[in-house]
Amino acid sequence: MHGRPRKSATPVDENASALKAAKIRSLQTQFLQNHHNNIYTKEALELNAKLLEINPEFMTAWNYRKLAFEHNISSQSEVEKADSDHVKSIIDEELRVVENALRKNFKSYGAWDHRKWVVSKGNSSTERELKLLNLFQKQDTRNFHAWNYRRFIAGLKNISDEKELQFTTDMINDNFSNYSAWHNRSVLLTHLLEKKVEGYFPKEIFLTEEYEFVRNAVFTDPDDQSGWFYHLWLLDQTVKVDMPIMVSSWPPCGSDINLPIANKVTFPIVLYFNETVKGLNSHTVTVETESDVSKDITWSPLSTNKFGCGQAWVRHLSIPHEELNSSKTYEVKIRSEDSQGITSLSGVPCSQPWSFAFRVSVCHDLQPDEGKSFGRITFTDESFCTIDTSLKSIQLFKSYFEVTKSDDEHPTSSKWKLEMIASEIAQYQELLTWAECKIGKLTLARLLMAHDAMMSTGTSITHAEEVLELYSELMKLDPSHYQYYKNEHSLVLLKQMTSCIESLLKYCWQYKESNSLNITGSICLRLNSLSLSRIGSFERLLWVQSLDLSHNQLHSIEGLEALQLLSCLNLSHNKLASFTALEPLRFLKSLKVLNVSHNEIGAHTVDTRRYLCSSPMSHTLSYDPNFEEFANGDDAKLVNFWEAYSIFGGLNLMQLDIVGNVVVDERFVLFLFKLLPQLKWLDGEELH
Amino acid sequence: MAETESYPPIDPTNFDLIVVGTGLPESIIAAAASAAGKTVLHLDHNPFYGSHYSSLTLQDLTSFLRSHSEIPKINPPQSDDTTTLDVNPRPLYSDVEISSYDDSLEEHSRKFNLDLAGPRVLFCADSAVNLLLKSSANQYVEFKNIDASYIGDGNGNLMNVPDSKSAVFKDKTMKYSEKNQLNSFFKLVQGHLEAVKSVDVAVDDEKIISDEDLESPFVVFLDKMKLPPKIKSIILYAIAMVDYDQDAGESCKDILKTKDGIDRLALYHSSVGRFPNALGALIYPIYGQGELPQAFCRRAAVKGCLYVLRMPVISVHLNKDNGNYKGVKLVSGQELTSDKLVMDPSFTITSSNSPSNVSKLARGICITNSALKPDISSCLVIYPPRSLYPDQATSIRVLQLGSSLAVSPSGKFVFYISVVCDNALEGKKSLQAAIDDLFSLHSDESESKELKPTLLWSALYIQDLIEGSVGPVVMTPTPDGNLNYNDLLDATSKLFKKLYPDDEFFPETSNTDSSDKLEDDSEVVLDS
Repeated sequence: MHGRPRKSATPVDENASALKAAKIRSLQTQFLQNHHNNIYTKEALELNAKLLEINPEFMTAWNYRKLAFEHNISSQSEVEKADSDHVKSIIDEELRVVENALRKNFKSYGAWDHRKWVVSKGNSSTERELKLLNLFQKQDTRNFHAWNYRRFIAGLKNISDEKELQFTTDMINDNFSNYSAWHNRSVLLTHLLEKKVEGYFPKEIFLTEEYEFVRNAVFTDPDDQSGWFYHLWLLDQTVKVDMPIMVSSWPPCGSDINLPIANKVTFPIVLYFNETVKGLNSHTVTVETESDVSKDITWSPLSTNKFGCGQAWVRHLSIPHEELNSSKTYEVKIRSEDSQGITSLSGVPCSQPWSFAFRVSVCHDLQPDEGKSFGRITFTDESFCTIDTSLKSIQLFKSYFEVTKSDDEHPTSSKWKLEMIASEIAQYQELLTWAECKIGKLTLARLLMAHDAMMSTGTSITHAEEVLELYSELMKLDPSHYQYYKNEHSLVLLKQMTSCIESLLKYCWQYKESNSLNITGSICLRLNSLSLSRIGSFERLLWVQSLDLSHNQLHSIEGLEALQLLSCLNLSHNKLASFTALEPLRFLKSLKVLNVSHNEIGAHTVDTRRYLCSSPMSHTLSYDPNFEEFANGDDAKLVNFWEAYSIFGGLNLMQLDIVGNVVVDERFVLFLFKLLPQLKWLDGEELH
Repeated sequence: MAETESYPPIDPTNFDLIVVGTGLPESIIAAAASAAGKTVLHLDHNPFYGSHYSSLTLQDLTSFLRSHSEIPKINPPQSDDTTTLDVNPRPLYSDVEISSYDDSLEEHSRKFNLDLAGPRVLFCADSAVNLLLKSSANQYVEFKNIDASYIGDGNGNLMNVPDSKSAVFKDKTMKYSEKNQLNSFFKLVQGHLEAVKSVDVAVDDEKIISDEDLESPFVVFLDKMKLPPKIKSIILYAIAMVDYDQDAGESCKDILKTKDGIDRLALYHSSVGRFPNALGALIYPIYGQGELPQAFCRRAAVKGCLYVLRMPVISVHLNKDNGNYKGVKLVSGQELTSDKLVMDPSFTITSSNSPSNVSKLARGICITNSALKPDISSCLVIYPPRSLYPDQATSIRVLQLGSSLAVSPSGKFVFYISVVCDNALEGKKSLQAAIDDLFSLHSDESESKELKPTLLWSALYIQDLIEGSVGPVVMTPTPDGNLNYNDLLDATSKLFKKLYPDDEFFPETSNTDSSDKLEDDSEVVLDS
């Protein structure tokens, strides 16, 4: 039960527990003997009941009861079968044993589970179960086992969601510091919403009431977290876009792109969605172009997981070599053919069809001089000058900031949302004027961002400064969640910087000397020394070819894989702690120049600081069998570099800086030479 | 002398203690002395238990008030023997004003159990409840929850008193900011109390309210915490139950100190939820307050105390040599001796000078045909100072009780009103102001008053406040002006200590049969 202090054991207690242990041991031995010999007599069951009463956590004992139950039901005599009371008495006995076990420990998973199992066999009174529940929920209102069981019984008995909702209201009125009750409320309301039950549709009406209801809780006691959690759920219900939307692409809609001549001209098409989606293939999204442009196999997700889903999807087109000399322009049209086939992870289809077109031409004047040696590319300030805004290439990324007015289907609904969020913002701004409350600040920050997300159709972010200020305060107030606030802060900062072309241009620089790698121009996006711990806003950055993220605090570069044009990347002086953190690089097939110097690669044997990795099993990065062959015959210690092999092996790097990481030693350098024979520069030294 | 014949002779004729009057303090002393092994004779000249703490039928109440408000004819001393003092009645009530607007009430007279000393309730965690449990008198009396508590704004509006975290949450009238301020203050007090209790002093030091603050007036502390007037008023008058206007500064008769204010808040909050069946902080005995003295009398009887009702004492005998108390003479003519004598304050013995300038208390009892709010059978209403009229110096408390408490026939509601006052005029003015705000008169036909309960009957009276005293005989206190019994019980236990310094005031009994009485019942069974 909640709120009861722990007491340390006295010698008397210890004695008692030693006695209890001896008793359990003896009962256990007898029970296991019965179990092995499939003895299901009355005596054997009584012995088992005794054992469970002392130790309700013993799963084997519960399983034995299930076997015994089925055995005794199936082996009853004809007379017993005719007697309906007989079955009932067996069930009642099971329920009694569970009840005794729950008296001992009403948080016993095994006991609750056994009760569910027995009750689902039918033949028992759900009325009695509700009575029992009321008793348990009175004694400990927050016991989530009881709440769980309540949902089960409500489902079994077909108790209406409205009635159960009223029960949560009563419980919350009694004591609103009850996360279980708030949680059940959100579960019930989700059902009611889905079924579009009268009174709960449209959702604006009840959401308004719920906001007011929970406001009472958070204002009465801002330090009580249960109400805030519910508020978070409400906010999510309010702002969430009900379906996936394609938000950005490379090349952008209506653009003209020039490709430099090479042996083979291949270019990526990237589609960027507002959330992770699945189901993109040649049927759902078609590419129309002239017949002589070959399209490679299919769309593939740019994602480090292996579930065939991703927020960004790529497909490569190549122009055949024989066409290269012509100054032909190719018109490419991308269209969602069967948008129902593209779904979010929860299965909601992308129901709005979309299409866009762009033109590609081959560009002769940028033809690189094959014979020219590859000069080292640096990211020092001296290499750059301010950008010439008349550059043609700027026109290209300008299209990312053109207002794309989305045709809102429900203008009243979005107006309501905006008003609701605005009123919540006003309330919580007031609350924070007198209450120092961490979770209140966090909620306000989230509300402000939600408000901006609804407002901005690409124009500007009005509340960014306030939000940044809130996260900065939170970092100081609540050091134990520093990293989370820092990450949020970074994302907001990036959003602010990419909110309009004027602000983004401040971070765009131009190489003084053009070099062979600048394909569509010589712009470098310099997001260095901004104290970023995470990166985002990729939908606005799909055009970037040269990116400087040095002198930040990045732990992760997750999402960077969407920037398919990236050829120069500076990640030096960050906090990247392992090769696995560099995994997105595997998808950046154009990458030629990489600087990961002065990070912490190799400092931690176990990669604990990587951002968001649901499970190591879900990762595509796995041991590459070719590595055996590669490492064969060499220093046996090379085995330790299999991760580096997986990441760098597929890249065509010409310049790499990796000095200043723990992992780097003589052997590692030798390994790199072997792995990257095309490498021209390593840590500033030209290779021959 | 046929009348004398009807008085039974009392045997034995010598006791450790004779107690005259069966009011609550007398009954507790009788029960405590019996429990301590004394031989006790408990007498009352009334035909019922409870004296000034009793609950009476409509008729009995009327005649009791009338008879105890008459200036008694003082019998000339029977002898000039200085060792025999005559016992004379002392009128405790004055300015008795009884108005009836509905004659049919008389028919139901016996269905009423009207408290002489209302309004009064118990806080679930207060000393009266503890004493009931400790003395085992709890087995003779059952309680019910007071459903709600309101604060009146003087314009006929009653607002819920947000007295706990969940009440603050549920409240529909407070602004969100006010909710935060009030609950923050509750938390501050709770944090202080926990920190004070905590063994580990260093850890919670910052949560402790400073001594300087604790000694300052509570109202100053509330101001320091920047609580707005509305919240201050709720805390002071509806939770801490303060009588006098705390904002009156120097002229306030009784300034509550912060430490006492915090204790009152703590009492209130520990009362909420003490008993599973009592949802609020306040409970009231079924069949009326008069049940409480009776419960202690029954407890005393179990321990061997002898009871004789309808038995007036006419004189008190003193010892010739030292003037100490020796014995009493009963109206039957029988003379009894005892070591000690306790008398209720409705008597004077000729030698003692009755104090001339006693404090006053205005009480009112009203009967209506409907409740203040539908579905709320019992509730407390507080009018803080200055809420009804500008120079209202004290807070006025009103207790509504319904038939579910067995104090009235079904469909009728009883209201008790009380206010401390300097004189009858001021007291009556306060009572009348509350009555005007709460009820409409029978004759009043105007439509707008439709929602207010119609007043059927009322009794307004002024009661003298007399404290307990120790002389040759021990005199018990009159009912005080508080909402609970705490001060009365303190005074009673002090009197007992004076009587029997070596005996414990109800020894702790080893019998703790706290069998689980968790029944699905709205009646509250006190259980330790």
